[in-house]
Amino acid sequence: MALIELSGIERVFHLGDSEVHALAALDLSIEAGEYVAVMGPSGSGKSTLLNLLGLLDRPNAGTYRLEGRDITTLSPDEQAKVRSERIGFVFQSFHLVPRLTAAENIALPMTLAGIPPRERAERVAQALRDYGLENRADHRPDQLSGGQRQRVAIARATIMRPAMILADEPTGNLDRATGDEVVRLLEELNGRGVTLVVVTHDQGLGARARRQIMMEDGHLKRDSGASGHRNAEAAGNPS
Amino acid sequence: MRLADTFRFARDAATGNPLRTALSVLAMSIGVAAVVVLTALGDGARRYVVDQFSSLGTNLVIVLPGRSGTGGFNPATAITSTPRDLTVDDAAAILRSPAVKRLAPLAVGLSEISYGGRLREATVAGTTAEFLEVRRMDLAQGRFLPREDWNRGSSVAVIGSKIREELFGPEPAIGQLVRLGDRRLRVVGVLKSTGQGLGMNTDELVIVPVALAQAIFNSNTLFRILVEAKSREAIPQAKDQTLEIIKSRHQGEEDVTVITQDAVLATFDKLLSALTLGVAGIAAISLAVAGILVMNVMLVAVTQRTGEIGLLKALGAPARTIRLAFLMEAAMLSTVGALVGYGLGQAGAFAIRQFFPVFPAYAPQWAVIAGLGTALATGLIFGVMPARRAARLDPVEALMRR
Repeated sequence: MALIELSGIERVFHLGDSEVHALAALDLSIEAGEYVAVMGPSGSGKSTLLNLLGLLDRPNAGTYRLEGRDITTLSPDEQAKVRSERIGFVFQSFHLVPRLTAAENIALPMTLAGIPPRERAERVAQALRDYGLENRADHRPDQLSGGQRQRVAIARATIMRPAMILADEPTGNLDRATGDEVVRLLEELNGRGVTLVVVTHDQGLGARARRQIMMEDGHLKRDSGASGHRNAEAAGNPS
Repeated sequence: MRLADTFRFARDAATGNPLRTALSVLAMSIGVAAVVVLTALGDGARRYVVDQFSSLGTNLVIVLPGRSGTGGFNPATAITSTPRDLTVDDAAAILRSPAVKRLAPLAVGLSEISYGGRLREATVAGTTAEFLEVRRMDLAQGRFLPREDWNRGSSVAVIGSKIREELFGPEPAIGQLVRLGDRRLRVVGVLKSTGQGLGMNTDELVIVPVALAQAIFNSNTLFRILVEAKSREAIPQAKDQTLEIIKSRHQGEEDVTVITQDAVLATFDKLLSALTLGVAGIAAISLAVAGILVMNVMLVAVTQRTGEIGLLKALGAPARTIRLAFLMEAAMLSTVGALVGYGLGQAGAFAIRQFFPVFPAYAPQWAVIAGLGTALATGLIFGVMPARRAARLDPVEALMRR
């Protein structure tokens, strides 16, 4: 069973009188534990695809099965629950809450999920150690460097132990060296079985993924792992 | 999201923008303070008037000569056009009524009082020993009129504090002889200064036995009879019986007017309560304005924090959590505003009481509760719309805005 199964996905935006097909007749299957780079020019629909995968957006047609469950028909609150438990987001502009400390930002998904404070504290402390942020726990985002901010964001994305991480240009606002470090962190997570989907313009970053998907005008132009069964080593993942 | 976490989140969000928060708290607190201060003024006025009346004595029934109402044709009135005098014997007769606790006849006139070459005009009240209790007055020095036969007037006087001051200055007044008209009277007591008292200023009063006053003014008639009923419930009974007794003594003619203090008091009480209510209503408008301000502030907050709301949604916050967080923030602004306003209002009322000690400016409890309640309710009601707007934001669009 594939982690993600998209079939016949359509996403249409209305801009004035004209209709824009951001995604058209899209079929895609991603196995658990895969490392996928979604690439393509601006407006090719790759961000729309990521939003759909992350349940932030709904398709106009087609079905989306996540872990075998059709989730296009779920209510918004049920989708929120799926986001909370199964999906982690990493954004280009980090999206940290400016008034919260690093530790509080990392704890935010657990806070929203209603996890007791004691367990939150333990898991945040572990995450701070894992990402080398122990000395930055009480710093606010504006007191952190770009690399530190993105590490906080990755710690936040992983704190609920999701099945997949969706990263939108995770290195877009970082210099080469810190960008590489962030990519290494994400790849480490993938090494431990977390499915990783990265949207990027960066050819170098895209090339590191085991599977590349090229998007153009809302269609899949090229899929290096179209069979979807190439990554047999994903057997050890939790789902 | 746990309630405690929602609370903390909302609190941090509110304190994250101190100026905005302070301004909306200020607006709300001004509204609540206005309610508290204005109702304190209104209710203070009501209490002041009620106190003034009560200082005349409680459960009072006042008999005055002459008829104020219009009756039908009566042969008696055709013959005697002037009303009969109200006499000391009439007063003594009223004491037979079981509803009457005590009474004091009162004859009033103007006379000159002099001592040691100083001379002034003063209101002379001829009455009896009971007057002190009926009028709830206090003595500063000495004693009041002696208890004696009402028809026997001892040559004594009790003087008001201002008279004492003007005639005697720093010298002791008790035991001194003063001249009142053509009589020489011994001062036996000085009234405590009250500074108030409707109609008659007791500070400038000279009180003498009623028989003596009538002799000085060469008249048999009384100005008033002050009757004290046994209790508040006995007031109507006392009024009826008083009227009955006087009527039987005056050959069946109802030639006196009996008024009760209660009726006058109730009218003033009602009038001033309505005034307080009206003032409170005006003040409540400022609360509504403050509520709209809180809404505006929250709408701005939703716009400012659109990116954050998108993030919360991406991190799995259901709409309910976001609604609750924003609603709690609005409630917090209005709660803090209401409490600060309550403090300001009470401080204002305290200041008024300090500057005008006779004016009992206490905000009535109902106004305080209504003021605080309205503040919280408007804060919540006006918080609902921004909170719903936040919860309904599209996460994709919200995330794109930063």
